Amino acid sequence: MANGILVFIEHVDGKINKASYEAVRAAQLIGAQIGQEASAVILGQGIGDAAAEIAAKKLKTVYTVENEWLKSYTADGYTQAFKQIIEQVQPALVLFCHTYEVRDFAPKLAASLKRILLGDNIGYKIEDGQPVFTRQVFQGKLAADVVPVGDTPHLVSFQIGSFRGDECEAGQAAAQALSVNLDADVVRQQPEERFKEAKAAVDLTQAPLIVSVGRGIKEQKNIEIVKKLAESLGAEIAASRPICDNEWLPMDRQVGSSGQTVAPKMYLAVGISGAIQHIVGMKGARTIVAINKDKEAPIFEIADYGIVGDLFEIVPALTAEAEKLK
Amino acid sequence: MKIIVCLKQVPKNDSILRINEQGTWIQDRDLTYEINESDQYALEAALQLKEKHGGEVIALSLGPARVQTVIKEALARGADRGIHLEDATLDNLDAFGISTAIAAAAKAEGFDLLLTGLQSDDYGYAQTGVIAAELLGLPHATIVMDVQATDGGIRVKRELENGFFQWVSMPAPAVLTIQSGINTLRYATLKGIMAAKKKEIKKLDAAGLGLDTASLTPKMQFRRVYVPVKSKQTQFLEGSPAEVAAKLIEKLKNEARVF
Ligand SMILES: Cc1cc2nc3c(=O)[nH]c(=O)nc-3n(C[C@H](O)[C@H](O)[C@H](O)COP(=O)(O)OP(=O)(O)OC[C@H]3O[C@@H](n4cnc5c(N)ncnc54)[C@H](O)[C@@H]3O)c2cc1C
Ligand SMILES: Nc1ncnc2c1ncn2[C@@H]1O[C@H](COP(=O)(O)O)[C@@H](O)[C@H]1O
Repeated sequence: MANGILVFIEHVDGKINKASYEAVRAAQLIGAQIGQEASAVILGQGIGDAAAEIAAKKLKTVYTVENEWLKSYTADGYTQAFKQIIEQVQPALVLFCHTYEVRDFAPKLAASLKRILLGDNIGYKIEDGQPVFTRQVFQGKLAADVVPVGDTPHLVSFQIGSFRGDECEAGQAAAQALSVNLDADVVRQQPEERFKEAKAAVDLTQAPLIVSVGRGIKEQKNIEIVKKLAESLGAEIAASRPICDNEWLPMDRQVGSSGQTVAPKMYLAVGISGAIQHIVGMKGARTIVAINKDKEAPIFEIADYGIVGDLFEIVPALTAEAEKLK
Repeated sequence: MKIIVCLKQVPKNDSILRINEQGTWIQDRDLTYEINESDQYALEAALQLKEKHGGEVIALSLGPARVQTVIKEALARGADRGIHLEDATLDNLDAFGISTAIAAAAKAEGFDLLLTGLQSDDYGYAQTGVIAAELLGLPHATIVMDVQATDGGIRVKRELENGFFQWVSMPAPAVLTIQSGINTLRYATLKGIMAAKKKEIKKLDAAGLGLDTASLTPKMQFRRVYVPVKSKQTQFLEGSPAEVAAKLIEKLKNEARVF
């Protein structure tokens, strides 16, 4: 590998996505181990301040790519522009944080280079001088070590939270503007303004105690037993995505990457497997309790207290016990 | 609207996973299977679009003979036809290889929309549809929550992070990856199951797809698969339901000081 590591910096209207610092940190760490210098690239229009912010990190060069077709993100615009940058810079390794935006275009970018994105990794190790990446399979139930096959550049993304963005080494990067060719034929998507749906009626972020229910509950009518437990503990009720998808509980009760991010004193997960998209929304809880019939369920990887068993037996017993607290 | 929906067969969500002898994937003995979760929503989205705008829904699945179950289920729910891609050279492909085969079949068939789920529950690449779009030279959108037909194209609602959404328009044909929960799933009726028996399932192999096997060589490799290392020391509480309940409340009160 010869030409360094290139990190993708994501932003909306010049405001950098914090997750990009995690990718910078990953590049600094991996780069030091494999003897490659890290650089970063930011695409857009009016991105001078964002580039300056990134240039204060220990990086060789911060490349800026200004083009009117990059004013708002589109999969087509970003893919074409990034492809042209890769051809100019010729990096050995391209690193991303696995955000929704990266999910949207990085596989296309990789395919346009006849490569594959090694996506959504949670870490890496060095074997025979080369990085080997670790990713989750079966929704976190198993882990897999994977390596790219074939010529560089290799494209790799890391799951949000895999590296500490606040631990980036400071430095002073050189700035370099690069140009790309884009036009209306290339950029076929027309994005509208980003928006939020009506404000959530319940604010779970302030709840000190949360009892959360997952698909282990099986049927809508069974939700009642979890509601009773929540009541007897004085806790708010929350849920994993499938419960809200089925409309068994309203959307504003959903915890996770596409729901609310909560940090209560206690989070009690009932019949929730612990997929990463759920865990990112609740891992900040001070005490995590999980009730699950499967002792291998990933939720137990982060639980302080675990009960392996049938929730239909345990939840009523727990409700009875909680009543005694009153 | 002519819509092709990609349906993947995956081990049932509560399967007990045993790692194979080489330590490179799981053993597929004794597994039961189901349709990948988000693919079911993609199928439902296709059926609803057809009900609104007319046209045809084609269920496409790549895999061994057992994936016919998935296609039959889709036909029973209302899809019009099926395509089954099966060939020994199509086993153990990475997302690029799977997309190459799917793209070839979709291209030969022709379509207005190619739908996939946003992510498979086993490999979890979240890439197959996006790669296929690139290989087919078509626009795409991921994590789609709503689809509207427009003049000459489509307008889709994408889920973004932190509770944001965004509408994006693009010309058709296009490729969309569908998020779970975008609609309410229907189940097969007895009538649907009977009707499905008369529906066609076309079988295609690598030669029939005109695939050059060199284009299928893996671009990534699994070194090993293993049970994840725990980051936290979980205290497992044991006993009868009443006993564990009492223990938990006691610990939450006196050890974790939650109450
Ligand atoms: C882009 C994207 C965004 C997403 N956003 C979110 C999000 O914001 N929030 C979210 O939660 N998910 C989200 N998901 C979905 C996520 O990947 C998982 O599919 C989901 O969290 C699984 O929910 P679950 O744990 O309730 O269900 P399952 O994974 O089906 O788990 C059910 C669990 O219940 C246990 N169980 C079954 N029966 C019993 C019993 N009788 N007693 C005890 N335990 C039992 C099982 O062992 C299993 O562990 C997202 C996915 C994607 C791809
Ligand atoms: N073997 C397959 N047959 C049909 N569709 C597939 C297959 N593999 C992947 N897909 C589709 O591609 C989507 C994304 O898969 P993945 O890229 O593996 O996460 C799935 O939800 C399916 O819709």
